Amino acid sequence: MAEPNGATSGPMRVSVENDRDAIDRTESEILLRLESLGYPKASIFAIKLAMEEAITNAFKHGHAEVEGDPPVIVEYSLDDTEVVIRIEDLGPGFDVDKIPDPTLDENLTVPSGRGLMLIRSYMTSVAHNDKGNRVELVYRKPRGDRVG
Amino acid sequence: MNEAGVTCVEFIDRNILDEANIQAIGDEISELIDSEAEPKLLISFRNVDHLSSAALGTLITINNRVKEKGGQLRLADIDAQIYEVFVITRLNRLFEIHETTEKATESFG
Repeated sequence: MAEPNGATSGPMRVSVENDRDAIDRTESEILLRLESLGYPKASIFAIKLAMEEAITNAFKHGHAEVEGDPPVIVEYSLDDTEVVIRIEDLGPGFDVDKIPDPTLDENLTVPSGRGLMLIRSYMTSVAHNDKGNRVELVYRKPRGDRVG
Repeated sequence: MNEAGVTCVEFIDRNILDEANIQAIGDEISELIDSEAEPKLLISFRNVDHLSSAALGTLITINNRVKEKGGQLRLADIDAQIYEVFVITRLNRLFEIHETTEKATESFG
């Protein structure tokens, strides 16, 4: 993906181990590049949160019954208008429509089930493949902060 | 514990992300809850820049335990971005959140 200002990249493909340092390194790599492209603090917060939730979901739920604790694949491309991050696990997938709404009164005291809802709240768009083992997060940089 | 009988907790890490870490935090706070008959617990987010849904889950568990013991929980010093997470998840309806630890301390019955 080429851009006039030359500040672009992707797609990059990273195999991320289920390890805090490995996850932090991948997230930092993406966030630092976004900061250099002028994404504002609020955008960095949003993307960091969504990435963290998606990667956590991939390991915790996607790989819940996968032997051997394998890595997840993070693929990303970014420029000064948008970032696209795809996270894929090796698990059997799931039905995204079966997740209860955590904002309902009866679910407020349930400790789990908020990850996907947060991802959808902060990203411009979120899409799963049919199987449910790959999620694509798209975040468009707010208009006032675009250079081109 | 301060002179109002309130136990104040602050986080050391700026990012409350890692599940193992969150579990350890939850266990420590649970011990504090268990040590009091009707715990008055104040959690300050003064040093927190990021948190995850797992951290929210632990806070809910803490809240549930405090309520079971007839205690009170307050959250304070939450910056605007983190507060937005509580609003999006409607957890601002579940937790009593104050701007500062001073105001939170005054609010305990």
